Amino acid sequence: MPLYLNDEQTMLRDTAKDFVADAAPVSHLRALRDANDPAGFSRDLWKQFAEMGFTGILIPEGDGGLGLGHVEAGVVLEEIGRNLSPSPFLTTAVAAVEALKGTAHAAQHFPGILTGETVAALAIDDGPKHRATVAMQAERAGNGFRLTGRKQFVTHGHVADLLIVAARTAGAAEEDDGITLFAVPRDAAKLDVTPERLADSSIAARMEFDGVEVDADAVIGEVDGGAANLKRLLAAGRTGAAAEMIGVGSGAMDMTVGYLKERKQFGVTIGSFQALQHRAAHLYSELEVARAATLKAQQLLDAGDERAVSAVSVAKAMTGLATTLAVQEGIQMHGGIGMTDEYDIGFYMKRARVLAEMFGDTNFHADALAKTAGY
Amino acid sequence: MTDLETFRSETRAWLEENCPPSMREPVRSEKDACWGGRDQSMLTPDQKLWMNRMAERGWTVPDWPKEYGGGGLSPAETKILREEMARIRARNPLNSFGISMLGPALLKYGTHEQKLEHLTKIARGEIRWCQGYSEPNAGSDLAGLQTSAEDKGDHFLVNGQKVWTSYADKADWIFCLVRTDKTTKQGGISFVLFDMASEGVSTKPILLISGYSPFCETFFDNVKVPKENLIGELNKGWDVAKYLLGHEREMISGMGLAGPGGNPLIEGAIATIGLDDQGRLADPLLRAELAMFEVRAKAFGAMSEKFIDELKAGQAHPAQPSMMKYYGTELNKARYELIMASGGSDALEWESDASSKGAKPRAWLRTKANSIEGGTSEVQLNIIAKRILDLPSA
Ligand SMILES: Cc1cc2nc3c(=O)[nH]c(=O)nc-3n(C[C@H](O)[C@H](O)[C@H](O)COP(=O)(O)OP(=O)(O)OC[C@H]3O[C@@H](n4cnc5c(N)ncnc54)[C@H](O)[C@@H]3O)c2cc1C
Repeated sequence: MPLYLNDEQTMLRDTAKDFVADAAPVSHLRALRDANDPAGFSRDLWKQFAEMGFTGILIPEGDGGLGLGHVEAGVVLEEIGRNLSPSPFLTTAVAAVEALKGTAHAAQHFPGILTGETVAALAIDDGPKHRATVAMQAERAGNGFRLTGRKQFVTHGHVADLLIVAARTAGAAEEDDGITLFAVPRDAAKLDVTPERLADSSIAARMEFDGVEVDADAVIGEVDGGAANLKRLLAAGRTGAAAEMIGVGSGAMDMTVGYLKERKQFGVTIGSFQALQHRAAHLYSELEVARAATLKAQQLLDAGDERAVSAVSVAKAMTGLATTLAVQEGIQMHGGIGMTDEYDIGFYMKRARVLAEMFGDTNFHADALAKTAGY
Repeated sequence: MTDLETFRSETRAWLEENCPPSMREPVRSEKDACWGGRDQSMLTPDQKLWMNRMAERGWTVPDWPKEYGGGGLSPAETKILREEMARIRARNPLNSFGISMLGPALLKYGTHEQKLEHLTKIARGEIRWCQGYSEPNAGSDLAGLQTSAEDKGDHFLVNGQKVWTSYADKADWIFCLVRTDKTTKQGGISFVLFDMASEGVSTKPILLISGYSPFCETFFDNVKVPKENLIGELNKGWDVAKYLLGHEREMISGMGLAGPGGNPLIEGAIATIGLDDQGRLADPLLRAELAMFEVRAKAFGAMSEKFIDELKAGQAHPAQPSMMKYYGTELNKARYELIMASGGSDALEWESDASSKGAKPRAWLRTKANSIEGGTSEVQLNIIAKRILDLPSA
């Protein structure tokens, strides 16, 4: 498969580009933030995503979806990133769908995702840094389980209709065996949900599970055998976050290059200064390389290739590097105006930081590559 | 089996049978690679065997047309051949400026006769080429070149000096930029080919920091160049030159990629530094640097694949080779800094057996030229800024 978008994927991109830029440009995020919107995103917009068919991209055709792949999901995510559109697309239509695929929960939750009724959130991080470990305990109790522990960085967790929770039914924190995924209702008793606004004005919840009781049928997939589903969720989430970051980085770069062509100092446009040209050209190179790494990961995931695991880490780490550079150079080259809230470039910096942290940052994934390579 | 699967299994079997074991070890230095040429005594028997066997199938230039000595393979077949060669770590059968630079330019701008004459000899490794572009006062500002070619009816009379001409002293022929009109800059340059054995050509090697002297000063004193050796139109050589530079940049950009199989960088670091009781490299800061380098190197691997796929489909931006060249060469320099840091004092030995005659330090020093040759990094950044990002000129 050649490493560029085919005709159908290009068409989808054009559709997504127009739709997202129209329905949820950066001003949409600004309006939600200024209104201190308690949800952090628009349910109406989510329904429109569903009407466009986007929420069904990764849902199999047999379940009523489009049965497409990570390349196509990434096409939509890139536009979400470019416009900084607040949306549960990544957590719900990408990561959660992958976790639920082929399980009994698919029939229950896919219809809602397809119509834009359901928003899913992922309770997978036990601490402030994403780790490849699950420590939270789930003890057997009655005909079900009792969950105890805490999770954080649960994006949209305060309004989600479905929480996917990773807990441990056996084994030690770093083991694969003994992980179980649960579908938990957000209003479950003894579940304390505290929404916190993040730097990018999105909302993520801290969650305290104080013996939350769930039935046996809350188990997604197999008891003790959740690692496989969790890995699918993470691979999808990481690749998706990389695609969204490419959008954020490209959006920031486009703004910056545009500014270089328009701002005049010393009687010339600042874009004619070679010092700035070289930095812009370097940035372009980093982003192109990150984009290629992301497409490679998407294609390998779609092909079910075992090399996908490493490729996903490369993509997440590389987009972290490139996009961080894009937003940093973005503010610097805008000069003082880049520091103002009124100008949009700062929004890009904030979103890039959040996405860089989500599902493991650059260091986490570089470390994973090193371990795989045996050093 | 699909045709491509059949092609793969047949290719695999053929390579298994025909690639000598000594040609399945990494090339240690430029000297160790096979460059072909009139003087075949410079080749080892295995190099010669491997080159000839591959040339017989047209596989030294697998995607060139068969009539010009190529293999006539499709892009997909070429990719398979490369993958299968990488699988057994087979060396390039033939390294040549003819293949990577002149060939593509001749395919585009040469007449049928010129192609028949020169391409077939390139494909068989019979003629070794060198590139006569740079002059003492025309480096980055290449179009400022002064070497002149006077029209003498049936031939040009060439006078002037080139510099940094790689392997000029070992090459059989030169592709050369000459000035045929002094009144304009870019519009007065022509692209000619001539035999380095012609009367009036002399070369003088220049010693490099790596201890090798692969490049030369080259002097032309009333050299007669037959008119049929003009490529493209008179005074339109700049177009040919730029097209060729695009291919040169493409070739140099491949240097940022790790060789086939394994990962010598990591293996080298583990061998000298060792692992701690948690299985991590016993130098945590170097481990972090290596891991971060690997992220970029692997991502660049994907970029290279994407770039080649886009080129084949005619989708690449014409200035994209500049990006590849810039990124690939800076990456390769970074790789060799890490190789030296991993190797410790072993990597510093200049002549010992343990260091294969100083292969590492020499290669490390050689990589510093990657961001100079074929146009410097600064020049590539200028091109990206102006032609891709469309930033204004000063
Ligand atoms: C190993 C090696 C092999 C080579 N082989 C060949 C060969 O086979 N044939 C051949 O013809 N040539 C060859 N070259 C020459 C090579 O193409 C030139 O060295 C190169 O183009 C740079 O020219 P220069 O050395 O004159 O440097 P200069 O042009 O003098 O540059 C000096 C410095 O100034 C910077 N600079 C120049 N102009 C600008 C600008 N506009 N903006 C910003 N910075 C600028 C450069 O980037 C560089 O850092 C080879 C060079 C090397 C190192």
